[in-house]
Order: sequence, then C-alpha cells, then structure tokens
Amino acid sequence: MSDVLKRSKLEVARKPDGLEGPGFFATQIDTVIGLARANSLWPLPFATSCCGIEFMATMGSHYDLARFGMERLSFSPRQADLLMVMGTIAKKMGPTLRQVYEQMAEPRWVLSVGACASSGGIFDTYSVLQGIDRIIPVDVYVPGCPPRPEQIIDGILKIQELAKNETGRRRYSPEYKKLLNSYGIE
Amino acid sequence: MTELLANIEKYINEHFHGELIRAETLYDFPVITIQHTHAHKVLKTLKEDPEWNFHFLTDLTGMQTEDEKHLGVIYHLHNMQKNIRLRVKTFFDINKPEIETVTDIWPAANWMERETYDFFGIRFIGHPNLKRILNVDEMDIYPLRKEYPLEDQTREDKDDKMFGR
Repeated sequence: MSDVLKRSKLEVARKPDGLEGPGFFATQIDTVIGLARANSLWPLPFATSCCGIEFMATMGSHYDLARFGMERLSFSPRQADLLMVMGTIAKKMGPTLRQVYEQMAEPRWVLSVGACASSGGIFDTYSVLQGIDRIIPVDVYVPGCPPRPEQIIDGILKIQELAKNETGRRRYSPEYKKLLNSYGIE
Repeated sequence: MTELLANIEKYINEHFHGELIRAETLYDFPVITIQHTHAHKVLKTLKEDPEWNFHFLTDLTGMQTEDEKHLGVIYHLHNMQKNIRLRVKTFFDINKPEIETVTDIWPAANWMERETYDFFGIRFIGHPNLKRILNVDEMDIYPLRKEYPLEDQTREDKDDKMFGR
C-alpha cells in the first residue's frame, strides 16, 4: 500500500460487525451483499425538467456522485438498481414511467427528486400526475423546487442506507408482494 | 389593410350571400366572422380562388365565448405570394359542437383539429382520425372548456380553505 493511501483518512466502506481472527472474518451474508449493493448502485436517471439539471450538477465534478460508487449511469432499466425520477411527470408519461419501473430487475429502489415528482408540485393541473407514488412505489422523497445537489446526495445516501440494511428475504416477503400488488404490479 | 378587408367583405357577400356576419380589423389584423354551416365552402373558395389563394393554414384553434354558451373555431390563413393574412372566426352552440373538417383543403389541419377536439370537444365532421392527441386517452373532460376546473381533482393535500380552490 502506498504512503498516500496509508495517510489518507478515506473510508470506502465501513467494515460490518462480525467475528474476526487471524486469516478469517465471519459475518452475515446479508450484510456483505448489502454493503456491495449500496456502494455499487447503478442509477437510471429519468430526468424531465429542472430537477434533471440539478442532477447533472450532482453528477458533475464538483459534487461528484461517483464518490458513492455510482459513476456508471444505466440508461437501460434492465441493468439499473435505482430509478431516479427528477421532474414533472405528465399523466401521459405515467405509463412509460411505470413500464421503465417494471423492466427493472429486483432489487430496485426509487428516488423521487423534487416537488413535482413527489406531489405534482406547483403543477396542480389536469395534465400532470400528482406524485409518482400514484403509479410506482417510492423509497425516498427529496423535497425542493428544485432541490440542491446536496439534498439529492442526501437522498442517495438514504437509499444506500436502505440497500445496506435490507434483508435478503425482503423482496420475497408477502409484505413486499402486497405493496407491489397495491400498485397493480405483479 | 382596410382595403383588403373591404375587398374580402365584398367578395364574400357577392359569392356567399348571408354567410358573412362581421368584418373588422382587430389589432391591425383583418378578421372576418362567418356562419359555421357553410364555413367549409367559404374556406375552400378562399384557398382555391386565384384572387385570394390562401394556400397556407398558419393555425387552427378553438375558443369558448364569454357567455360560455358558444364554441368557436379560428382559422389563420396566409397567402405567401402576396403576403396577405386573414383570420376567419366561426361560432356555434356548445351543445352541438360540430363543424366540417378542413383537412381536405389543408392537410396541415389534421393535427390542429385533433388538438382542438382534445381541448374543446369540437367534433370535426369528416376528419380521418379524430382522437385525442396531447392528453391521455382516458381523459373524460375537455380541459380548456370553462365548465371544467383547471386543477387536478384527485389531489388530496390541498384543501379548499387554504388554497382558495
């Protein structure tokens, strides 16, 4: 290990609790998988308006979302873990968004960025979907109109916490199936 | 401008007796209002007669009158060779919002008439594909009519007391 890395206080990921001895380390498989998942999320940006511009700033070198293991944006829902919905979703776009969500493989998370995606925002009108949680389940909401990059990063960290602490069985649980069924998703 | 308007007024009165309701200049723009029953015939002549040759349909849109009892269709016509423009208005009862299509005169009217149908519920008789174009197909209102509220009626977080709905 080089001197630079030794001196650096950089901590890529915290070691989970477990039994440690010379030459071995024992811990729960869920924790290890969660750790790996949380630090290698592939986000799918679904950016429709000004929140998408804030997202671009978040991806840029100044705020640099790549620090959290997510420099690889996935523009195919089939390879994405995290759906980031940023911006106003018109009612006509609702079925498309839902289809994108349905194409994502489990485990999948949804981050709703900004007032419009979360509640319709100022667009209280006949043509705008009043919150994406009417068509797909949402894990974390980021308030703001638009939110600052720091807020988006905070939302991402919350998603990482969810990914880290999720049990391996959650996606097979009857509660989760019930949740999806309440949205009419198989 | 006034000369153009006078010519059109004279022309329509000669060829289509009783079809012209009003001819006026609004905001420096010649505007004629015609009966809706034979609007198609008048518009077709305005395009095909070489004297006018309004070969370009700039815009077609709908409107609702202030008394909320009538709907209207407005045609913006343009003759690029002579560089003259004309606005044609026609009104009809809201309970029977029907008018003949002009897609056979100007193919460009196709999507504009679909949009007008989408937002005002005006049925264009003879349109080849009259269905909603911008709003979701499931929508059961015509959102730009005054009888329907602007706001989304399914929203729960805004109560009328606070937001003055």
